[in-house]
Amino acid sequence: MAQVPLSVDELKKMAATIRCDIIEMICTAEAGHPGGSLSATDIVTALYFRLMQIDPANPRWPDRDRFILSKGHACPVWYAALAERGFFDKSHLATLRRLGSILQGHPDMNKVPGIDMTAGSLGQGLSVGIGMALAGKLQKKDYHVWVVIGDGESQEGSIWEAAMSGAKWQLDNLTAILDRNNLQNDWHVDELMPIEPVADKWRAFGWRVVEIDGHDMEAVVAALEGAKENKGGPTLILARTVKGKGVSYMENVCEWHGKAPCQEEADQALEEIRRCSCEQ
Amino acid sequence: MNNNQTFPYRYVRPEVLPLLSSGEVFTRADKAPTRASFAEAVIDIGGRNPKVVVLDADVSKSIGTNKFAAEYPDRAFNFGIAEQNMFAAAAGMATTGLIPFACTYAVFASMRALDMVRNAIHYPGLNVKIAASHSGITPGPDGVTHQGQEDLSIMRSIANSTVIAPADPDTTTLAIHAAAAYQGPVYLSFTRDPVPKIFTADYPFEIGKAVTVREGRDVTIIAMRDLTAHALVAAERLAAKKIDARVIDCPTLKPLDTESILAAARETGAVVTAENNVIFGGLGSAVAELLVENEPMPMQRIGVQDTFAESGPYLDLLDKYGLSAPHIAAAAESVVKRK
Repeated sequence: MAQVPLSVDELKKMAATIRCDIIEMICTAEAGHPGGSLSATDIVTALYFRLMQIDPANPRWPDRDRFILSKGHACPVWYAALAERGFFDKSHLATLRRLGSILQGHPDMNKVPGIDMTAGSLGQGLSVGIGMALAGKLQKKDYHVWVVIGDGESQEGSIWEAAMSGAKWQLDNLTAILDRNNLQNDWHVDELMPIEPVADKWRAFGWRVVEIDGHDMEAVVAALEGAKENKGGPTLILARTVKGKGVSYMENVCEWHGKAPCQEEADQALEEIRRCSCEQ
Repeated sequence: MNNNQTFPYRYVRPEVLPLLSSGEVFTRADKAPTRASFAEAVIDIGGRNPKVVVLDADVSKSIGTNKFAAEYPDRAFNFGIAEQNMFAAAAGMATTGLIPFACTYAVFASMRALDMVRNAIHYPGLNVKIAASHSGITPGPDGVTHQGQEDLSIMRSIANSTVIAPADPDTTTLAIHAAAAYQGPVYLSFTRDPVPKIFTADYPFEIGKAVTVREGRDVTIIAMRDLTAHALVAAERLAAKKIDARVIDCPTLKPLDTESILAAARETGAVVTAENNVIFGGLGSAVAELLVENEPMPMQRIGVQDTFAESGPYLDLLDKYGLSAPHIAAAAESVVKRK
């Protein structure tokens, strides 16, 4: 088991491991969402192996940091991170989406140790995070709530309801990370229903906004640490990412939003991810 | 009534009894909207349990939960006109052990925010109490957009749901306490308009239990929320025609008290259901499903037909849309004839 917190170099290697898990899981399941899992991998890795106060032996520890993957379809990255972090045995990863598996197509908090909130219907996770953050303030807990939202998901009106309320209650124990990969199920976000100027929108809603390259691990860690330290209000980390990051034929290709690689494609993907990781 | 060998009523206030046959129970009895009972009960419960929080969506003045906010400002959260955010946030609070009462009108709780109510609250089984006022066509003058005539049917269709619609102000108080003590999501339905106080303090409220409030042999009228009072009035009208109607108050739509209902149906041989809710998927449907699979018999459903209502005084609306005592009595006569 990896000794946390990991260094930036170790985080990069762990991210590569998690990317390999994602490819293997989705290939084995013959279904799933690789593109958005891979775009969020560096963020999720930094959270689980560096930032979050959690205890894999006590997944419902009341004082733990909370994580919500509001774009729940990207759960392979969440499952892989939890398994690598020791919340459950890695053998479960091969059961993704199978009948009787704890690893549902979209995450179920009552089936998987470490899943802090059931997700799948878009536009809900940030609101759930608002509730957790308000509860933390009310009960004088020090935990931090981390929510990853999608850019396509940001077309949901409820995201902006949540944004308003985060500012109203000055929830500095809440951080949203926007996985800005610019692709959604049907097409490019900026063409299908543009969300820009998205940083300005969040600022106008009263959030502190930090823009980063969501695959620059050093920048990811710095932004997350800064968000945790920031007082007085919530932070939105605008993480510019690449959908399908790490797999050449998946990168920025819309079709890989919700398609499984065949074995041959998976082998190529694994080789690319491992080679890239070794070169680092 | 006087011809009966035994006094037929159970848990009905003595002062209400003389007002039933004339229907004056709706004008002369003490009345209050059941939302007001909720607003008072949640202060009481919140006073004893610091984990109770109240979430509003800009109708706290209407529901009366602004009084909770005044009493416990740190545990009151007004989300503005943003029901989706409120219900998902309630789910987030519940994951930490808080007991949120999320309050709005039935139309918004069951429809505007249904995705959150289903996926964020019921699927994970989180301990959120959904307090829905203006259920049924009780907000008479407000008109269709504010009349929650489908909420009970919608909520009944969701897995793991518990759906409660108490008949009068005092049983509403009992229901709120029971819901607070229950672990898991509960949908609580209240009236906007005042309804008569019909039951005594010893009414045995229990989640999942229907209560026989009038004994009778010829037909069973199963009623819920504001139509229970109308069912009692209907029973008096029927008594005048020598039809002895049993009346069951069914405050819990789900889980349905199948045992009591089936037993009463078998003993009387005919059933009428009465709900201020669409006839699709609510109490009438639930009872029909039960009977058709166990003991088919003459049955008729009183409820809002395949139509929207309109603005108007509450009691006039009940008359116009076929929900009031005369309609219930006519349905009972009809099923008795079919026996």
